[in-house]
Amino acid sequence: MAIQIDQPSVSLSRVAVSDTHGEDSPYFAGWKAYDENPYHELTNPSGVIQMGLAENQVSFDLLEQYLEKHSDGATNSGRTSGFRENALFQDYHGNGKLYGTNKRGRAKFNPESIVITAGATAANELLTFILADPGDALLVPTPYYPGFDRDLRWRTGVNIVPVHCDSSNNFEITPQALESAYNEAESNNIRVRGILITNPSNPLGATIRRTILENILDFATRKNIHLVSDEIYSGSAFSSDEFVSIAEILETRNYKDSERVHIVYSLSKDLGLPGFRVGTIYSYNDRVVTTARRMSSFTLISSQTQQLLASMLSDKQFTGSYIRTNRERLRKRYELIIDGLGKAGIRCLKGNAGLFCWMDLSTLLEEPTKEQELCLWKLMLHEVKLNISPGSSCHCSEPGWFRVCFANMSEKTLEVALRRIHDFMERRKAH
Amino acid sequence: MKPISAKHRKDRKGISVFTQPGKRFQTESHLCLASPAKQNHHLKLHETTPSLATSKPSVLCGQSLSPPPGRLLRRDTQATHMTRNPSPEPKESTRNPTRTGMRLIVPLQGVVQGRGGLILGSLIPCALFYFLQFYLKRHRSPPSNPPSQSPSAANLSELPRSSSRANLLARGSTGRANLSARATSIAKPNDSPYYIGLDRVREDPYDEIDNPDGIIQLGLSENRLSLDLIEDWVSQNLTDLKLGVGSQALGLSGIATYQPMDGLMEFKVAMADFMTEVMGRTVSFDPSRVVLTSGATPALEILSFCLADQGNAFLVPAPYYPGFDRDIRWRTGVELIPVHCRSCDNFTLSITALEQTFNQAKKRGHKVRGILISNPSNPVGNLLNRDTLYDLLDFARERNIHIISDEIFAGSTYGNEEFVSMSEIVDAEDADKDRVHIIYGLSKDLSIPGFRVGVIYSYNENVLAASRKLTRFSSVSSLTQQILVSMLSDKRFIQEYIKTNRQRIRTMCDLFVAGLRELGVECTKSSGGLYCWVDMSRLISPYNEKGELDLWDKLLNIGKINVTPGSACHCIEPGWFRFCFTTLNEKEIPVVMERIQKVVESCKPSV
Repeated sequence: MAIQIDQPSVSLSRVAVSDTHGEDSPYFAGWKAYDENPYHELTNPSGVIQMGLAENQVSFDLLEQYLEKHSDGATNSGRTSGFRENALFQDYHGNGKLYGTNKRGRAKFNPESIVITAGATAANELLTFILADPGDALLVPTPYYPGFDRDLRWRTGVNIVPVHCDSSNNFEITPQALESAYNEAESNNIRVRGILITNPSNPLGATIRRTILENILDFATRKNIHLVSDEIYSGSAFSSDEFVSIAEILETRNYKDSERVHIVYSLSKDLGLPGFRVGTIYSYNDRVVTTARRMSSFTLISSQTQQLLASMLSDKQFTGSYIRTNRERLRKRYELIIDGLGKAGIRCLKGNAGLFCWMDLSTLLEEPTKEQELCLWKLMLHEVKLNISPGSSCHCSEPGWFRVCFANMSEKTLEVALRRIHDFMERRKAH
Repeated sequence: MKPISAKHRKDRKGISVFTQPGKRFQTESHLCLASPAKQNHHLKLHETTPSLATSKPSVLCGQSLSPPPGRLLRRDTQATHMTRNPSPEPKESTRNPTRTGMRLIVPLQGVVQGRGGLILGSLIPCALFYFLQFYLKRHRSPPSNPPSQSPSAANLSELPRSSSRANLLARGSTGRANLSARATSIAKPNDSPYYIGLDRVREDPYDEIDNPDGIIQLGLSENRLSLDLIEDWVSQNLTDLKLGVGSQALGLSGIATYQPMDGLMEFKVAMADFMTEVMGRTVSFDPSRVVLTSGATPALEILSFCLADQGNAFLVPAPYYPGFDRDIRWRTGVELIPVHCRSCDNFTLSITALEQTFNQAKKRGHKVRGILISNPSNPVGNLLNRDTLYDLLDFARERNIHIISDEIFAGSTYGNEEFVSMSEIVDAEDADKDRVHIIYGLSKDLSIPGFRVGVIYSYNENVLAASRKLTRFSSVSSLTQQILVSMLSDKRFIQEYIKTNRQRIRTMCDLFVAGLRELGVECTKSSGGLYCWVDMSRLISPYNEKGELDLWDKLLNIGKINVTPGSACHCIEPGWFRFCFTTLNEKEIPVVMERIQKVVESCKPSV
């Protein structure tokens, strides 16, 4: 597994020299192509448009307005009394206030069960460290976020066993798929320790239905394994009643068997603040909470950042209106891109959440193979100048699907991108 | 292939081995030659008894778990089991024989004290102990188990039971979702006095007015002496800085969006300059070699992940910072092997001891991947001098291993002694740099641990590349980075801060040491760090870890002060404690001294 990269005289560990970081995949290669030639409306209008980065910039103005008004909280200026605590504050509990506010009141959250980490990446890794030993496996439904290969596996030594989902039922997770993935792992003598789902799904951009969630929880209970629900896009569901958190399922079941359930959340997507590096683990298992809290010493976040966010998030009026406006804007964006793609003759999976759509270009493939998909991806990158993420980098079992992000750019740029796709499709037809 | 200097040193080592014939006979015996008699007899006994009394440890711990003899020293038993073996029982058993040994041997103290310490001190008690065992073995009633087996037999029955219980859980018959083995070891209650003490302070913290009977924190190396300077700077400079919101150069989108996980370039530049300033401008640091992490803790862990595989080991001069056991071992599975430093050497590292430990580790099948030093040392507070650093580099070169130099207290030096950074040595040597890595952070020298800023500074391109990728699990909030860029770029403030902070630490240290001296308690001479290393061995009874922990307990519960016992730092000599004084203000010193006095008076000096 380890590539021997030009070893220096003094040797390094397997972690350092392995390629488990997965950064050689097209998902990351596309980023490099973008970095070398980034699109700019005025200075580089023929550059590559980045549609491979799930970043939310549609509501920055709201945050900026807020900070403008409350710059005191941001810098502790004026009153420095808070600074002393800030400088020394190393409370591993994190600032409880950070959480809860952003999650609508449907499910109750106990601040004692929250552990704050430096980003959801760290949260997922921390949970993997806690739930599985090297050589064990987590089940992850495909297509899944390409970063998981690195985040969940690299340092922990844990494997990912894909649960194959396909377009025949809109990529929904079926009990049969779960069962067969589990059996496959067992037949390979790999111990399955848990299942990790993203809800709303990344890269599908769709929420998971209540019955499906119930099936997954039942499955986890039957196999006595953990269930990690990564809900970092929950505030980016276009409509609040379409998203069901696993926490709600637990509540309706009176928290029976809840100790196997752990929720990951972050402010990177819903609040558009990935640079602030705020992730959280919410676990119903006290031992997991204790362990995660101790382990969070490896991934604490600046108290000063916590304080700013705590004051921002406890401003109910602001968060309420932010979430509402943000949802509305994302929905508009989504409709814009679906409409534009539709006019170009491209269909997408029906989505209702997230910062991306799941685009079907399988009709453009000469034959349904991964190689053909990557050919098309290269064409899109170098000719159409769009960096999108190929389904194969998400371990999608059906070739021809792509994840297209739409919230990390201005509406104008999105229109340019859509025009490029449209022209490309016209050229294909003329061919 | 080897540089000339190394060859020369090798010769020197050859001689030093030759001059210590005792070494072949008994591994640690040379130390007795040089040290005052009394203490070392005790040590000697400690070291030898386990190997006699517990002939079974390798059985009870299983083959892969069998701790090497050196690790059976009482300091290590606890730690070894902490991560490796979830069941607490074996710990007791490995310690029990030690205690029995102690009780037996202490009465011989007087006999041994006179002349011929070495032979009498080690052979007679060993022989007596052996005969006693033999006697017991023969005179036990036949139907019962042979006595030598009893401690281990108990464990043999314990061990499978605990593992089978784990299997039951895994099969799900109880329906409890179980955690990973590494989590299970972490989830256990803290049994290190270091963490117990910290927890106690959290529950009942001293406050002059609100809680005058609370516990005073001397167990956390946190610097509160110069926070006012930082506060002043913040109130003067951050009023107008609106974090770049609006028209400022960066704008919110420049910090709120995804940023390089290993830190903003501006911050790396500012950090490299700050490090240069702190290290006395003798070396200049290259910003492109700076990798930023959320604190020195993840910096150290990331480095460990890069340099060693699971089961490999680092050599660490002991006493060492108790957090290393957690920071390095927990998730990486890397072992730490202490290189014992002793009071007779003022706890400075001896290359001879390093070599011996290395060879012993190798013999036991450990793959040693590096040496981890802290300079200024935590918990002792002394500095590694230039010669030792050269020797260390030569040593690492000869064995082809890494050097991690934790220099997080580099700016908190206050003595007349010169601080020399490992980077200075590397710069001067100008060859074979890629085995050297430096850890730094702002938690100590700038006293802002809450901001979570740590640094990996490596001379190895591959380590840099791998750590940059690994920072995605522990990156620093860009908002915090931006504020610190402006603070660190204020050169005048920084120079003034470093100077004043050093003076204040020195003043505090002088006051504290003087106060202890008045109580008849001495410290090692220290030149850096936020603590002093206090000798209370005179006050403990019995003279072993138990006596030390009894005293620690008294300090905590009677004296109401939390300090760090040497055993938590793997110190091989009992009775030493780390007292952090920078959490106090000057007028609290008399309060602390009064409390210490109370405890000192309650202990009758044993001699």
